[in-house]
Amino acid sequence: MTLPQEENFMRKISAEEKIEPKDWMPDAYRKNLIRQISQHAHSEIIGMQPEGNWITRAPSLRRKAVLLSKVQDEAGHGLYLYSACETLGISRAEMIEQLQTGAAKYSSIFNYPTLTWADVGAIGWLVDGAAIVNQVSLQRTSYGPYSRGMIRICKEESFHQRQGYEAILALAKGSEGQKAMAQDALDRFYWPALMMFGPHDSDSAHSQKSMEWKIKRETNDDLRQKFIDQTVQQIEVLGLEHPDKAIKWNEERGHYDSSDLNWDEFWSVINGNGHCNRQRIEHHVAAHEEGEWVRDAITAYNEKKRAKQTQDAA
Amino acid sequence: MSDQIKKALLEYTTRLGDDAVVLGHRISEWVSYGPFLEEDIAYGNVALDYIGRARMFYTYAAELANDGRDEDDFAYMRNDREYHNLLLLELPKGDFAYSQIRQLFADAYYTLVLPQLLHSKDERLAAIAAKGIKETKYHLRRSRDWVLRLGGGTDESHQRAQKALDQLWGYTHEMFDMDETEQLLADAGIGVDVSTLRDEWLAIVTEIVTNATLSVPEDSWAVRGGRIGYHTENLGHMLTEMQIVHRSHPGCKW
Ligand SMILES: [Fe+2]
Ligand SMILES: [Fe+2]
Ligand SMILES: [Fe+2]
Repeated sequence: MTLPQEENFMRKISAEEKIEPKDWMPDAYRKNLIRQISQHAHSEIIGMQPEGNWITRAPSLRRKAVLLSKVQDEAGHGLYLYSACETLGISRAEMIEQLQTGAAKYSSIFNYPTLTWADVGAIGWLVDGAAIVNQVSLQRTSYGPYSRGMIRICKEESFHQRQGYEAILALAKGSEGQKAMAQDALDRFYWPALMMFGPHDSDSAHSQKSMEWKIKRETNDDLRQKFIDQTVQQIEVLGLEHPDKAIKWNEERGHYDSSDLNWDEFWSVINGNGHCNRQRIEHHVAAHEEGEWVRDAITAYNEKKRAKQTQDAA
Repeated sequence: MSDQIKKALLEYTTRLGDDAVVLGHRISEWVSYGPFLEEDIAYGNVALDYIGRARMFYTYAAELANDGRDEDDFAYMRNDREYHNLLLLELPKGDFAYSQIRQLFADAYYTLVLPQLLHSKDERLAAIAAKGIKETKYHLRRSRDWVLRLGGGTDESHQRAQKALDQLWGYTHEMFDMDETEQLLADAGIGVDVSTLRDEWLAIVTEIVTNATLSVPEDSWAVRGGRIGYHTENLGHMLTEMQIVHRSHPGCKW
């Protein structure tokens, strides 16, 4: 027997009405959302590192400014998503704790190192590009604050994607050395970008329930296919070689056929053993710990100020 | 415009560009290393303001030089000995207190310099100043708030802030030095006579520092040389990092 509140919840879900923070929701729905939104927020924050790695070496002042403001946008996305997640009854401090202990995940893509300047372009183009495919779909997610966050964030991600593509284009049309740098970045980031959509639907632990509750609106494999299809022509325009030698148009399906991914690598990175997993978390922990005395100073200052105000009022 | 003034103007504009790019770069080193997320964003904003300002000064310098160079040639193709920025701005970011005290000194300085530059007979310099005035007011409000919080926060933050004041004080004197180049431009109504700004600067800084229960250091030492390219050892490392990609691919567009 279903309770009236649960019935009402499911009615809203099927009617495409948004669930809002004060509405009743099943515990599992709340948990699932917290997992997904916090993971998304952590991805924005950890994602600042591989790109931030190039701020001090950006090859022109214009690119330096563009990169600075992109990384700043990502910090803003993280902040926005942490707030959206807080509406579900978890604090930012708890979420950060989960990130640092490994209880919460972030996108596996950020565990790959940025080795050349071209990687910054490749990230904007492919990583923000893949994120948009996923997030456009999430604009229709059933939880109101998350849906609104996605609408807002998507606009900026599209901007990042265009800037990244433009940066790669400049390299692809540049000197031999620049072009080689662009090809190398594409070769390294293409596959991990495809993995951003997660495991095959058949291996995805959270997918089915998420689809039922309309937290997720399209499956991992469908979204991945969309991204594969849209990227083929972009690579052609750049005049670069497609990293997937098996890529081939399939008239019948109306999609490109492609190689399967290296799922061993995927699971190894997800489970914390990628190239940069340890480095990323250590960086986050180190900055957080080094900042502790600053945060303490603010708390102490505000307390003193409040005490003084109370005293003055008395 | 006499050749002498033209030459001085190019040097002056380049100096102002050097100041902005060096400080902007140092601030940008904080991104993803800040004490909390909001601060990463705020630092990014300030860095962007300075990089933007550097681009305006260098673009103008390139026009004045009129020898085929562009803003990036000024930023990326000059060596440390050719950079003529203030030493204060090139010092490593240090801890959060160190960066904030440096920022207070710089923000108070530009709050005074830019309104004067606004009245420059050189329209281009005046236009760049006009753009910078508003953001500098915001910068100063921010560094003021931080110094108050650090000074009046915990024992540790107080000590760190005082240490930064003591370590940086000797680099502030240079900000008010005039040389022939700057005097020539000040006399022509083009450049700012920074030697007249020290009292006001000291008043702003003293007010904030005292309110933060910190003490203004004695004027017992001064290190100088930025305007003639006699730098600290830090600038060479900073430029090595900043210029590596650009210089590895000579003549390329990005
Ligand atoms: Fe983002
Ligand atoms: Fe995102
Ligand atoms: Fe982005």
